[in-house]
Parts: sequence; C-alpha cells; structure tokens
Amino acid sequence: MTDSKYFTTTKKGEIFELKAELNSDKKEKKKEAVKKVIASMTVGKDVSALFPDVVNCMQTDNLELKKLVYLYLMNYAKSQPDMAIMAVNTFVKDCEDPNPLIRALAVRTMGCIRVDKITEYLCEPLRKCLKDEDPYVRKTAAVCVAKLHDINAQLVEDQGFLDTLKDLISDSNPMVVANAVAALSEIAESHPNSNLLDLNPQTINKLLTALNECTEWGQIFILDCLANYTPRDDRESQSICERVTPRLSHANSAVVLSAVKVLMKFMEMLPKDLDYYGTLLKKLAPPLVTLLSAEPELQYVALRNINLIVQKRPEILKHEMKVFFVKYNDPIYVKLEKLDIMIRLASQANIAQVLAELKEYATEVDVDFVRKAVRAIGRCAIKVEQSAERCVSTLLDLIQTKVNYVVQEAIVVIKDIFRKYPNKYESVIATLCENLDSLDEPEARAAMIWIVGEYAERIDNADELLESFLEGFHDESTQVQLQLLTAIVKLFLKKPTETQELVQQVLSLATQDSDNPDLRDRGYIYWRLLSTDPVAAKEVVLAEKPLISEETDLIEPTLLDELICHIGSLASVYHKPPSAFVEGSRGVQHKRLPPRSGSGESTESPEGAHSGGAAIPEAVPAVIPSQGDLLGDLLNLDLGPPTTGVAPAPTSAMQMGAMDLLGGGLDSLMGDDSEPLGGDIGGSPAIGAGFGGTPAVMPASLNAPVGGGLGDLFDLGGGVGTTTSAYVAPKTVWLLAMKAKGLEIAGTFSRRGGVIHMELSLTNKAMSVMTDFAIQFNRNSFGLAPAGPLQVLTPLSPNQTTEVSLPLSTVGPVMKMEPLNNLQVAVKNNIDVFYFSCLYPISILFVEDGKMERQVFLATWKDIPNENEAQFHIKDCHLNSDAASSKLQSSNIFTIAKRTVDNQDMLYQSIKLTNGIWVLAELRLQAGNSNYTLSLKCRAPEVSQCVLQCYETVLKN
Amino acid sequence: MIHSLFLVNSSGDIFLEKHWKSVVSRSVCDYFFEAQERASEPENVPPVIPTPHHYLISVLRHRIYFVAVIQSEVPPLFVIEFLHRVVDTFQDYFGVCTEAAIKDNVVVVYELLEEMLDNGFPLATESNILKELIKPPTILRTVVNTITGSTNVGEQLPTGQLSVVPWRRTGVKYTNNEAYFDVVEEIDAIIDKSGSTITAEIQGVIDACVKLSGMPDLTLSFMNPRLLDDVSFHPCVRFKRWEAERILSFIPPDGNFRLLSYHVSSQNLVAIPVYVKHNITFREGSSQGRFELTLGPKQTMGKAVESVLVSSQLPRGVLNVNLNPSQGTYTFDPVTKLLSWDVGKINPQKLPSLKGSMSLQAGASKPDENPTINIQFKIQQMAISGLKVNRLDMYGEKYKPFKGIKYMTKAGKVPEGRRDEAALP
Repeated sequence: MTDSKYFTTTKKGEIFELKAELNSDKKEKKKEAVKKVIASMTVGKDVSALFPDVVNCMQTDNLELKKLVYLYLMNYAKSQPDMAIMAVNTFVKDCEDPNPLIRALAVRTMGCIRVDKITEYLCEPLRKCLKDEDPYVRKTAAVCVAKLHDINAQLVEDQGFLDTLKDLISDSNPMVVANAVAALSEIAESHPNSNLLDLNPQTINKLLTALNECTEWGQIFILDCLANYTPRDDRESQSICERVTPRLSHANSAVVLSAVKVLMKFMEMLPKDLDYYGTLLKKLAPPLVTLLSAEPELQYVALRNINLIVQKRPEILKHEMKVFFVKYNDPIYVKLEKLDIMIRLASQANIAQVLAELKEYATEVDVDFVRKAVRAIGRCAIKVEQSAERCVSTLLDLIQTKVNYVVQEAIVVIKDIFRKYPNKYESVIATLCENLDSLDEPEARAAMIWIVGEYAERIDNADELLESFLEGFHDESTQVQLQLLTAIVKLFLKKPTETQELVQQVLSLATQDSDNPDLRDRGYIYWRLLSTDPVAAKEVVLAEKPLISEETDLIEPTLLDELICHIGSLASVYHKPPSAFVEGSRGVQHKRLPPRSGSGESTESPEGAHSGGAAIPEAVPAVIPSQGDLLGDLLNLDLGPPTTGVAPAPTSAMQMGAMDLLGGGLDSLMGDDSEPLGGDIGGSPAIGAGFGGTPAVMPASLNAPVGGGLGDLFDLGGGVGTTTSAYVAPKTVWLLAMKAKGLEIAGTFSRRGGVIHMELSLTNKAMSVMTDFAIQFNRNSFGLAPAGPLQVLTPLSPNQTTEVSLPLSTVGPVMKMEPLNNLQVAVKNNIDVFYFSCLYPISILFVEDGKMERQVFLATWKDIPNENEAQFHIKDCHLNSDAASSKLQSSNIFTIAKRTVDNQDMLYQSIKLTNGIWVLAELRLQAGNSNYTLSLKCRAPEVSQCVLQCYETVLKN
Repeated sequence: MIHSLFLVNSSGDIFLEKHWKSVVSRSVCDYFFEAQERASEPENVPPVIPTPHHYLISVLRHRIYFVAVIQSEVPPLFVIEFLHRVVDTFQDYFGVCTEAAIKDNVVVVYELLEEMLDNGFPLATESNILKELIKPPTILRTVVNTITGSTNVGEQLPTGQLSVVPWRRTGVKYTNNEAYFDVVEEIDAIIDKSGSTITAEIQGVIDACVKLSGMPDLTLSFMNPRLLDDVSFHPCVRFKRWEAERILSFIPPDGNFRLLSYHVSSQNLVAIPVYVKHNITFREGSSQGRFELTLGPKQTMGKAVESVLVSSQLPRGVLNVNLNPSQGTYTFDPVTKLLSWDVGKINPQKLPSLKGSMSLQAGASKPDENPTINIQFKIQQMAISGLKVNRLDMYGEKYKPFKGIKYMTKAGKVPEGRRDEAALP
C-alpha cells in the first residue's frame, strides 16, 4: 500500500469525491483524503476548490494531519485570502501550545501564508515566539521575520522586529544566531543601505563562537556575513583568519568555499612578509583540490571560483596543474572549465605537459571541447613565448588532420599568434592557404581573410584569393564582409598597381549593395581616405597593431577584486558583479577588498592584466609627437617673400591647426612603397578613372575634383619633362582642390642647367579669382628653399591653369626629414594658406661635377666601412651597359670605369650631392638578365634608399 | 534562498514540485528543457542555468534531475549541497531514489521537504533528526498505522535538534554494541601509451557504521597520519584535537555516516596496482586488425586484485571482433563499439589475456591505434595509500563494544585510462 494510489483517481467527479471524504466523520478517512489532495497538489493539479473543506480539518490533535493541512494552506491561501482568515484563529491558538514543536510549526506556517490580512494577525504571536524560552521556536521565528519582511517590509520595521532580530545575534544558542544572521542577510539584500548587520568586533566575536557550534548551513550564513566585515587592522584580520581556517576541512563544500572567500578577502590585509601569510596560502590549496573530486556539479562551481582565485593569487595552485587534467568522463561543462584553468596555470615549467594534454584533447569526440582545446594551444603559444614554436607545429599537425572544425579553429588561433609574434611564423601561411576552401565558419573565414590581407605582400596570389571570397560577398556574414573589405583595402595599399579593380569592386559592394550600416560606413571611410589622402589611408589601415596581450580574457582587476568578495555566489559563477544580473538586488553595494594595512603596498594585480587595453593609447602618442613638432615648424613659417628668411609667425596662420599633416599625393604613397615612380603612372589613370566613374552615391563635391584633377594631370604629363635630357617625372597632384578651397597644385621637380626647379601647375577650381600667390618650404633634409618668389603674373581665374617654374636653392635651413626626401610646402594666396607635403627625387640634388677621379674612387671605396654598403636589386631593366651608363649620365650619375668579368658588366659610378656627400656605386649587369645588382657605398648611408629610387626611375624611363 | 524544487525524470516530465515561498510557475523549467535538449548527454546539462527572472540549479542523480529555482544571490554550492542532501535523505528513507519510490511515498517526500527547508533556509537535514520527526515508512509501520490510526509523524521535538551534538539523538540503546569502520580508497589515474603515469590520485573515505548505546566518545588514531594532509571531516570531529595531536576525536552520530574523506595527491607517489600491456594494430588497406591485451598485478602487497573489468571504446571503423579470452567473458557492442571484458580475479601465475582479430569496415581509412582503455578493479584488505588505523578507543560509556576495521581499494570514477601517445618530441 503506497502513496501512488493517490494518483490513480482521475475520474471526472474526483473533486466531488474528495470533498465528501474530507467531510467524513472518520479521522482516518479524513487523513487519507487530505493526503490525496496533497498528492494532486504536488503534481500541479488545481485542488484549490477544496479550500474550505481542507481548512475544516485543521483543528485536530493529530500532528500529521495538521501538518498536511498547513502544507495545503501555504500553497493555496494566496488564491483564497478570505477563506484563509478562517485559519487565523487556529494559528493564534497553536502559537500558545505547550508543545514547542507546534508553536514553531504555527509561526512558521503563518509566515508562509502570503496574505496581507493574515500578516496583521501574525505580529503578536511572532513577537512572543521571538522571545520564546525554547530555542527551536526562536530560531524558527527568526526566519519568520525574513518571510514577513518579504511580504510587508514596512510592517516589520514599524513593529520593531528588526531590532529584536539584531538582539538574537547575541543569543546563547548558536542555531538561533545562525538563523538570525541568515534572516538579517536576506533582509539586508533588499535594503542595501540599511546597515542592518552592524558588524563590530563584539558581534564578530559572537559570530565566530557560534560558527564552531552551529549546523553546516548556519556556518555558511555566518561565513558569508563575516565576509562583509572589514577588520580594523591586520592583527584582527589574522585572528579572524585563524578561527575560520578549520572550516576548510568541512565536508560541506559550500562551507569550504565560503571560508575560502573570507580568507581570500582578509588575506588582502595581511602583510606579505608575515609568516602567517605564507602558511595561509599553503592551507588554501588542499581544500580547493578536494573540491575537484566531488560531484561534477560541485566541481563546476568550484572551477568557476578557482578561475577567479587563480587570477588573483596564482601562487596558491601553481603546483597543482595535474588535478585540472581532463578526465574522459567529465561532463562537458567541467572539461571546458578545466581547460580554462590549465591555460591560466600554464608556465614555462609545465608547458610541455600541458601541450601534450591539449594535443590529446584535440583528438577527442566532443566538438565543442576539441575546439576549445585547439584554441587553448593557441593561448599557450601567446602566454608562454618559449612554447610558441612547439604550439605552432602542433597546430600545423592538427591542420593536417583535415578535420574541418579543427582546421578552422587552428586558423583562428594562428591569426592571434601572428598578432603576438609578427614576422616569425609567417612561413606557415602557405599551409593555411591550402585549406582555404574547407573554411565554412565566419570566424575562420574572417581570420583567414585577415591573414591574407595582413600579409598580402608575401602571398603572391593574394588578390586571387581575396577575389574568390568576393564572389559570394553578399552571402557572407557581416564579420567576413567587414574583414574582406579591410583586407582588400590593405592589399590595395600594398600593391596599388594590380588591385584597383578589386578595391573598387569591394567598395561599391560595401557601399551600394549592402544594407548593413557598419559595412557601408566602413566602406565610405575607406573610400574617402583613399580618394582624398592615400598616405593617411596607409597610416590608418596599415597602422602598426599593438601586440595582443598574453591573456585576452583576464578579468579586469577591479571587477576581479569585487568578484573575490563574492566567491561562492552566483556572481562568481557568472563572473559578473551581482548588480549586473541579480534581480531584486536594488543598488547592491559594490564590495571591495580591504586595503593592505602593511607598508602601503598597492594591491598587486596579475601580470599582464593591464596590457590589453593600455597598449592602444600608448601607440598613438608615438605617432603624434613627431608630426606635432612639424606642425609647429610649419605654422611658424613666414609666407612673405622667401628671401627675407624666417619672420615671426602670423597669428592667422596659427588658426590653421586643422590642416592635414598626413597629407600628400598619390605619388607619395607610391614613393613610400619604394616602387618606381614612373612605373606607377600607368596604373594611376585607372585609379583616377575608377574613382571618377564611380557611382553617384559619392558626394559630387568629392567626386568631381578628384577624377577631373587626375584627368587634367595626365593630359599634361607627357609634355613637361621633355626639355631636358634628364628624366623628369610627370606631375602629380600635391594639393587637392577640395582641401585648398579650390586651388589645386600638381607638380614635379627637375634639374636644368645646374639649377633645381620645382615645376608647378596651379589650377583654380574655385568660383573666384585667385591672386597674391606666395610659397614657402619647411626646413628639410637638404636645405631646399625657393630661390625667388612664386611668379604667378596674372590673377588665376576660375578653371584656369597656370604653369610656374620655381627655381630652388639648397642654402635653406636644414632639418632631417622622414622620409629623407620629404618636403613640406606652404602656399598662400588671397584666400588662405595651404599646406602640403611632397617627395622630391634625390636626383635633382646630383651636381654636374660629380665625376670622381679613378684613384680617389678606389681609395674612397676602400675607405668607407663595409657596414655602409647597401646592395639592391633592380628588376626588369632591359638596357645594355652603355645605354644605362648614358642614361644615368644625363641625371649626373657618372660612370668612372667599366669592367667585364664572366659576361658580366660592372659599372663603377659616382654621384655628388649638393651638400657635398659622395655616393659611390657599383652597378652589375648581365647580358640576358633583366635584373641588375646595385651596390651603394656612402658615408651617409641613409641616402642609399633615395639613390636607389633614382636609379630605378632613371633606368626604367 | 531556495524558492522551489522541481523533480524531472529522464523523459522530461516534471513529476513533483515543491515551493517554499510563493509559487513559481513550472513554465520556468522550459529553460531547463532547452538546455537539456542542447546537451548531447544527460549529464552534460549545465548545473547553473540563468533565466530572465530566476536561476535554475540542477543536479542529476539516479536519472532524476533535481532542479532548484532561486531568485536572489544564493551560493550555488549551498543549493547543490542541499540537493545532494535531499537525494541522500530519499535514499535513506526509501532504500532507492527512483521516480517510482518518490511517487509511492509522495506525502512523506512532501513532509520531508517541508521539514528540511523553511522559507528556503535549511531547517533539519541530519538524517537522525529527520527520522525522529518523520518516521521512515516500513511495511510493518504502515500496517500498524492503518490499524491503530496513529501517524508516522513524531509528536515530540527531536532531542538532538538543539543540543551541542545535533547529529546524535539521546537515549540510544543497543543490545549488541558495535562500531565498524570501512577505509575505502579509490584510485584515479591516467597513464599514457608508454606506461608512464600522467596523473594519479587517491580519494579515500572512512565510512562508519556505529551502533553504540548512550553517548560514546570515540578516538581513532592512525599509524601514519601524515598521509592525511587534505581532509574533510564530519561535523562531529573535533578539529582542534586533530590539529594538535592528529587524532580523530568525536561523538559519533547513530548509524551510518561518513566520518572522513581525504585526498592523497600525486605529489605523494601513488603506485598503480595493475598494469596493462596492449598491442592493437591495423594494417593499411587490410580489413583485419590485431588485438592483444594482457593484464598483470603490480605492487599489491600480496593481495589479490578482484572484480577486474576492462572496457575500451574501439574506433568507429571496427565492425566486429573475434577474440579469445584466457579467462572471463567479453562482449562487444557493434553499435556503440564498446568492448568490455569481465576478467574476474587476476592470477599472478597465469596472467589474463585477450587476443584475437578485429574486422574492419571495407575501404575505411586506417583507424586510430590507441583507443582509451579503462580498468575497474577491487583489492580487499588493502588501502593503496598505505593508511592504517592504529587503535580505536571509547570513553564515556562502560560497556565493551565490538570493533571492526575493513580496508578496500578500487578503481575510481575515472579508472586508468590509456591514452594514445602523449610524449612530446
């Protein structure tokens, strides 16, 4: 005969039948009926209709029947408040019962009936029970105050129950103390500022005494309460720690973890050199390890907390790596947490073991776990530098397995490894590219695209690879689309000549065909950057990235400190401050770790915790200052006639702070790239045309000048340099009309008859006439300065272009620029002052008397130390040695001697710069080989790069 | 504190609900069911699940999910420990903790839950006290109750409830006074292919069955207490005494209880009592593979290794096996690919072996040659850590009790696993 019979009555008239039984005269029948009612209730059936009949059974001397009725009442009183009143009398009577069990039961049940009308009647019995002679009743009444507070907080305060409750903290019975603390803590949670638990050394002492004697649950409440106390000094802190430590050996894991919380918090106050501090650290490890042999659910919570503890005090568990090794039958949630902690504990000492384990895990069955294991390998590489190489090779092995999700995860982490150790493991890119087709997850695709974009210059077919992604652009996820956009822009900035179509394609896909605002905005930003200021674009897009920090997922230190104060709580499981997620905790106070009272030592934080975010702001200042200096210099320029030299700064010019110092033309972009200037020109019109022909979505004001300007420029291109035999690059736009209120300046440099000229084309694209032109240079590497005023004889009317040739001298003030051949120019007209910078070919500085005596050449060549020698390869040149020699001669590069060895011509050449620097060169040409080798020797080796550029431009044009 | 409790069976039905504060709709369990659906295995359901207004903390025991609902910040371990206590109590009361047993005793269950928690605060969780408040159902008592109309709810305030030894009731009387202690050690180890131990740890417990009259005060001392540096005690143990003298001094609860659990870590050298030699090979392109496995005892101090059970998850490509055990029987499930071999006792003179061939799926690529092998075993009369009880004394009572101590070692929850190659270059 079992209780399951209560479930079997499923007939229609069930309620009716029960009603009849409840009203039966026989006690036994009544009880059976109530049991049936309770059974129905437990499975969620609605038996509230029987309320009056059940309440009628309440007045009985049978304790079991009474309890059952009470159970029923608690469940249904809320839905039948008027009926519930009927029960009040019995409750009040029971509170006077001689049997403490019944008194307690009555007060307990009354508190559970959440009906306002009943709570009014509850106050008097409750007050009596709080002062009952029997501790069992007192401890039940203490909890009842918390119940009542939950129903009607005002009533509890008005009746002064809170004070009575506080008095109970000093009760002689530990169980009463524990329950009083529990009740007060619960009430305090909803009243953060009420200062209910006014902890002082006396109460703390009482709590500590009760701690040893109360039940395990009471210990949890008391420990949690203790954790809110802030000891006055380190001695008090130590004495509390000493009295709490035995709790670490409790069988109840919740007691252990609450004790750990108290210790972790109070430890903060102990001076680190104290012996006791070390003892305490040692005592903390074993209980934490023991928690890991408990049931998996306990393990999970313990692991989440250990994760915090390891971040705060890695020394506690640093020797316990092995207990975190994953067991094959751990539930997945335990496995994942263990992995996390393994990484946190990984160090040079144990990395070999950890990696061996991780490699095992990566071959397991569970996909989530395998993924995390692969990621963990990557995190090891980032955390322990010595292991990076081994990690990379492990990852490559895993990629070879061709298991799809393993490959994808591996690629995602390799991306991070590249960020951490740039220029070290790029040799694996080829292997990665092989797996391109198998990637189907957005994150892996995005990572791969990032790698291709970032290392575009090393991947020969980067454009093809990216193009293949571009085909299904609209089917990709946003993450991939954004990455693809950036990668192609990077590719373009690195290889501008071959990829204009691609970049144009992706820009129009992103801006015109996409509905995603992020994507569209990023597309426009790149577009404008590229079209207005490619140098800036380069600075922005190809900016040096800060190294990623060792552990990207470390909890921010202040949050960590707060979470340490919440060890064992839900907050610690979610790693979020309680205020962020617990409902009903209205404005929870943020808990803080107490300050260390010792030598004023600041709270230490785990290594590397701050490196994540801080790196970015640091990187920025590094760029700005140098430019800022230049800004100052430029603003101090006098814009009057150049002969007068430097004059006090006109204040009007100072307001021009907004000018774009990064500014430059397309040519400077290409110059930067150390690609032949001339060689690029073929590609440039396409860019211009590309932009010119781009959609109407582009604002007209932006569009027209750029396209048009470039068009104009290339019309002119051919005619300029022909007057001199020396090579002169075609003009390029230095100053865009839109940046200079309609004045567009294009220009180039030439050397004619021993005089350097700046050839300028000024175009007025504004609506009004421009007059009063003047020019000034900033200090530069070779002292270039205008040798006369800018001769613009007639006012420049709208849409008119005038050609000016400005002779330059090399006697101006000198300051080393970066790059060496950078020239910053200010041009003034009646409208405003404009600034731009341009790069001049260093060949304009080669003087006509640069031919060195053979003997001197030999001596000088030997004399210049070998470190100063720079060797370059010039590709794709199809001239023989004589043609090359004469071509170079016209640019004042003089061939002194020629030698032929093994079918290889060697030309020995000398160059003299305007400032007297000699550059000696050896150019080796081999018949049938279009690659030349150029060796340069110079006492100022910085110029070598510029000289090489000249060789390239001259030889190829 | 704990708001409500739902019991969910393996088919996902709520078969019992209990609310300690206001009623929480059972629809809150939908979040739990969602998580349950996502989990590949029943035991993979995460123990803490957030929902918009509540948190669900669950444990899985005896294929029943015990789902507690909480609303405010409560230590999750507190909840989990409490749920464990609920499970233990049910088991204690009904012998088993199954859906059927709970349904059969639903009213007792309800009374128990009500007694264990008040407004979410634990009230009486000690089995001793609960049994005084609510008598466990027995056939005899049911019959008696039916006839006499008495109840199974105690009328008196449980005596232990407020004493300084809440775990022990007063007035205990036995005709035979006896105290038994079982030292049970479980060894968990992971061993790599080459036979070297990756991790090894020992979980030990001392379970006691004490049936002594009156208020006995016991002391238990060890030959080598230094082994016990990581221990968790039953609340009855006087910690001060342990700290100072390394002696367990306690007034025991009545009946069965766990006196102590301890952990011997891998830092103290742990010897593995058995070894495995295995040779599993597959040839490329062949549909046959060789399987050879031999077991042997190691460092068992002359004690026999018994109840040995070897199981291994063979690679997916294996269709069937044809093996020949030198002793015991083996089974192979072609669906789950689980090979298990019930070896029985290891005879050191004639080592048990399992040899034969495996047939593979045609055309499948060469499978992994290092499946994980798990070994379960028991060794009677030995605690592998070497822990030994020195003596047990009783004070406070006059009679002479009968005392007994038993040792046993067995493979733990995670028996020896042999992983493939773990050595690093």
